[in-house]
Amino acid sequence: MISSQRLDATFAALADPTRRAILARLASGEASVTQLVEPFAMTQPAISKHLKVLEHAGLISRGRDAQRRPCRLEAKPLADATEWLERYRQFWEARFEHLDALLDEMKNKGKKRVRKKP
Amino acid sequence: MTNTGKLKVTTPTDREIVMTRDFDAPRRLVFDALTKPELLQQWLLGPPGWTMPVCEIDLRVGGAYRYLWRNADGAEMGMRGVLREIVVPERLVATEKFDQPWYPGEAIATNVLVEQGGRTTLTLTVRYESRETRDAVLKTPMDKGVAAGYDRLEELLADGMERRAES
Repeated sequence: MISSQRLDATFAALADPTRRAILARLASGEASVTQLVEPFAMTQPAISKHLKVLEHAGLISRGRDAQRRPCRLEAKPLADATEWLERYRQFWEARFEHLDALLDEMKNKGKKRVRKKP
Repeated sequence: MTNTGKLKVTTPTDREIVMTRDFDAPRRLVFDALTKPELLQQWLLGPPGWTMPVCEIDLRVGGAYRYLWRNADGAEMGMRGVLREIVVPERLVATEKFDQPWYPGEAIATNVLVEQGGRTTLTLTVRYESRETRDAVLKTPMDKGVAAGYDRLEELLADGMERRAES
């Protein structure tokens, strides 16, 4: 069962482009804060702040090594958030498939009947 | 449920949900399907077992619209709003608010229709008052059972087509 607060934290964490970029970077393997600072043209405290948000959302974990504390991606919360989006998508896709059928019908009617001028 | 991969849903900012979908029809028809009650009632459905008995639209800027869905147990879900912009057949902006106060405030839905080679790309952007509201909406289909039972989707689609064929 997915906790509602956890999901809120996940969506909030994902709402920021820098944090999404950090996650994308971590998808290719763990990295230290120093390594993460390089590509982002941000200060280490700024990156650390983003990392705290990601860690709070459970999207990353930090290693125990006090010096390096490498960050790694935690897949589960991201998968849960994706699942919510996917359910939302499926709900609307079901509607749009009805709309597909309706549009086909409308196109056929348009061909059969003489069109009235608006 | 077969994932057709047709509909894209993204959350580009913390207050928005954006849906993009192609339709094999000119945008004039898609626009009609978005604005004529007798057409909307055929596709803007709820989950299996829900119908849309009320669909009223006063199609002018400042005009109101009203949607109501109902299931076999008599449970109802209603939505209303006001039309803000109407550019036939390319743009439609309206406010939306559900009857049940499960999220605060109004959302603004912007439909943009782009036609190319007889096909139409519909982009629907819904902008909520806050990030909390948007996230509540993303969770709602499951929490309220609105989108429950996707295993019955095929059944729904088949029924829907039969109903239309009969009428």
